[in-house]
Amino acid sequence: MALPLLSRSLAGLLVESSSIIHQRTFGVTAVAAAIQKMTRVRVVDNSSLGNTPYHRAPRVIHVYTQNGVGKVGDKVLLAIKGQKKKALIVGHKMPGARMTPRFDSNNVVLIEDNGNPTGTRIKVPIPTHLRKHEGEYSKVLAIASAFV
Amino acid sequence: MAVCGIKLNKVMFSLSLLRNLRLRNERFVSTSLCRLSPEEEPPKFTPPSKPVIVDKTQTVASLRKFLSPEFIPPRQRTDPIKFSMERKDMIRRRKVVNLPEFYAGSILAVTMADPNATGKVNRFVGICIKRGGTGLGATFILRNIIDNQGVEICYDLYSPRIQNIEVLKLEKRLDDSLLYLRDALPDYSTVDPNIKPVPISPTGEVPVNEIKVRMRPKPWSKRWERPNFDIKGIRFDLSLSEEQMEHAQKWAQPWREYDMLKEYDTSKLEEQILSEVQLKMSK
Repeated sequence: MALPLLSRSLAGLLVESSSIIHQRTFGVTAVAAAIQKMTRVRVVDNSSLGNTPYHRAPRVIHVYTQNGVGKVGDKVLLAIKGQKKKALIVGHKMPGARMTPRFDSNNVVLIEDNGNPTGTRIKVPIPTHLRKHEGEYSKVLAIASAFV
Repeated sequence: MAVCGIKLNKVMFSLSLLRNLRLRNERFVSTSLCRLSPEEEPPKFTPPSKPVIVDKTQTVASLRKFLSPEFIPPRQRTDPIKFSMERKDMIRRRKVVNLPEFYAGSILAVTMADPNATGKVNRFVGICIKRGGTGLGATFILRNIIDNQGVEICYDLYSPRIQNIEVLKLEKRLDDSLLYLRDALPDYSTVDPNIKPVPISPTGEVPVNEIKVRMRPKPWSKRWERPNFDIKGIRFDLSLSEEQMEHAQKWAQPWREYDMLKEYDTSKLEEQILSEVQLKMSK
């Protein structure tokens, strides 16, 4: 009776520990992570939700990626003006690959749940390698004013 | 009288014909003789100085001795053959594309191939804030402010994607690295993308822009007042008090300059590599 239970729990322990080991073999610090949970971001479109002043800056409360680190083209969930809203990352402070732009702020564009942008214009330049996701976010790219 | 008038008319007509009859620059008959010349001698003819037409928009090949800093190998125990092989590749690339002389503080326009950009070509104008890397991995960072948004691009100097590098303004600054422009007022890193190239003198010293920038209020990305950065291009007196400046000196390491193990005199190496590069480039 006791032996199979013990073995099962041991196996479970083993599985758990191995999953922990395989999950992350390196430390992801705040510096190495472009955009993660609790990152304060700047909304760069002209939607009224993102542009009315509020005493609390919009924060990322979830990143829709495998590793929890958001880069250009990833979707995030924002806490903005006391409500939850999805957004698309269109530039971050952390330098990416060579020959790609690095911005002085963490920029996002608010999007609806179906991927359509909330605003009608993006006020800052957008990196061109966002065009790789042309199919999903063509409406976001259509309202961009400039590309770098 | 009428006959006289007709004759005069004829003469005038023939004269005008003669005036028209010019072959290139030669004149067959001097028609100005008919004019009543005054008694005093005409002033001696002095030919006007020949106009020297200099196309200032054309960039002239620099005549000053300049070796790009990535040619100098770092001081380490790596086999020198690695650096010589890299130099060979660098020279091969330099024969294809013109990589001009520039420094941190110069204003550049870089055209690179970009499959995602409109027209497959991306042009970015900005101020070079840093040159880094050695050998084939040499990089430089351009910074500009577009629509009140600071943008930086780190370029690989020897990347095959680079099509053209144009130096719009060749100058140096007081520092070798201008990364502090990220924390300075935005005017100092704003460059008009349609700026006209400033003519470069092919000889003589590169001008040094001795501008000192004003910074934004204090939380900076780095503590630029600390002595390890050794920055001369910031007006610290506007943003920091005397006490704060003195406090920053706590991190000074004045003994470092006497550390003989840290010495790396590249002047001889530089000459040697420069002659090698010039020889191979001329082939």
